[in-house]
Amino acid sequence: MRTLALVRKELASYFAGPLVYVVIGAFLCATGLQFYTTLNSYVTIGFGLNILEHFWEEFFVNYIAFYLLIVVPLFTMRLIAEERRLGTIELLYTYPLRDREIMLAKFAACLVVFLLFVAGTLLYPAIVYAIQPFDPRPFLARYLGTVLFLASCIACGLFISSLTESQVIASSCTFVVLLLFWILTWNEAAVSTSLVTVLSQVSTFDHFHAFATGVIDARDCLYFVFFIALFLFLTLRSMESRQWRGRR
Amino acid sequence: MIAVDGLIKDFGRTRAVAGVSFDVAAGEVMGLLGPNGSGKTTIMRILTGFFPPTAGSVAIDGLDVERHPLAVRERIGYLPENVVLYPDLTVMRFLRFCAEVKGVPAAARRARLDEVLAACGLTEVAGKLIGKLSKGYRQRVGIAQAIMHRPRVLILDEPTVGLDPRQIIEIRTLIKALAGSTTVLLSTHILPEVSMTCGRVIIIDYGRIIAEDTALGLTQRVRGSDETRVRVVGPRVDVLAALATIAGIDELREEATTDGAIAVVARSTRGDDLRRDIAALVVGRGWGLVEMRPLAMSLEDLFVRLVRDDRDAAA
Repeated sequence: MRTLALVRKELASYFAGPLVYVVIGAFLCATGLQFYTTLNSYVTIGFGLNILEHFWEEFFVNYIAFYLLIVVPLFTMRLIAEERRLGTIELLYTYPLRDREIMLAKFAACLVVFLLFVAGTLLYPAIVYAIQPFDPRPFLARYLGTVLFLASCIACGLFISSLTESQVIASSCTFVVLLLFWILTWNEAAVSTSLVTVLSQVSTFDHFHAFATGVIDARDCLYFVFFIALFLFLTLRSMESRQWRGRR
Repeated sequence: MIAVDGLIKDFGRTRAVAGVSFDVAAGEVMGLLGPNGSGKTTIMRILTGFFPPTAGSVAIDGLDVERHPLAVRERIGYLPENVVLYPDLTVMRFLRFCAEVKGVPAAARRARLDEVLAACGLTEVAGKLIGKLSKGYRQRVGIAQAIMHRPRVLILDEPTVGLDPRQIIEIRTLIKALAGSTTVLLSTHILPEVSMTCGRVIIIDYGRIIAEDTALGLTQRVRGSDETRVRVVGPRVDVLAALATIAGIDELREEATTDGAIAVVARSTRGDDLRRDIAALVVGRGWGLVEMRPLAMSLEDLFVRLVRDDRDAAA
């Protein structure tokens, strides 16, 4: 109940300012442009037999997921950093709220906002489906993967936002960390094969890629669940740090 | 209602609070007085459970702040110093959030919101964004969120700072109206505020209590040392010499004037009859008595003296 009240307050804050509308607009413009040009090149040039499958795989990995990775830090940077800078964190910490309720409410509200981004992208498969119907089941995997990846990015951003008062530091650090997890295995030739096997287990890119091909693998799901849980746990510890600072 | 025992708080090597103990009875209004940086805010933050003390204990309504943080926070209304609220929410939206989080029952919420808005004079700005409000209105929103759930204990950190005189009077009236039903602890560095709103006062400096008294007791301490300012038109040397002959004057200090009259401040512990003697003397010599008024020692003077004495004793 109290957590829900905080979620509603967070959402009211998001939609009071122009940021959400502007960024959703920009995100849909960018992905829409990529949708048009990429699909066009696949259709005109053609890459193998199953054009559509390959198109969706590339579209989800290179555009939807990657653009989300870019915009998530813009929203997560303010989650806790701004409350600390404004001083409103003092209100939250002295209201009858548990730290984990504050954290979960912030996480959930941010996720709700980004679900709007993801919902906007449903337009693209819908357009293709209207022209040429296809089996929609792989999209269950693609969207499950997108939401899990998104939640992971938010959890990571939430943690970094809890470490600083500066939104600039929070957003840039979050972007760097998310990017690092994403490109970890891109240069496979540079490292030994044994290291690549390890890195591919850690990389968000490799786990998301499986979803993008339309496959739901329990290991990939577990990876993202663990990723989210780890960063939420770290966020909670960071919020609780005020309890032991100044202790002997 | 508030029991503070042996409170110590260190930030790194700095000791912000160095062993503070006091009690506030139910319904009492207690003032926490001290210069900026003396540890007032730190004490209040510990009381509200914002952070724990390094040593010592705090109990609100018999509940230990560290062991029962949620139960304590339900009993407390807190106005932080330099209250900054969510600038992108409207007053109504923010206060509704407070009511929800602080557990005002859904059925009573609407009525309680209207009541608090009216009590804090916010009804006409309820739909405005907090970020667009003036400092005085924002301060009132801060007080509104603190009293929203009818807390048993109200902790106000500098409630009237930055307000204009009319707003200050309004806030003081509000605090006085709460006294009796609510236990109030308020901090300030404005001394008259204490005598106007508080029953009891604690004066702190460098994180330690240097004096604890009732507002009445403080006022009496102030009266203890009496100074009288006299302005006389007459020959300067004669006037000064004559005044010096009056028995009971401990100190005679001449002050500069611009109108040719002689201004003298006489300090004495004798009391009122000093003025009668001065008047008789001046009039008897045929000089002009232009002005005579008691210079009561202000609370500021008392405060400065208490702090100085304390620092001298410590040195």
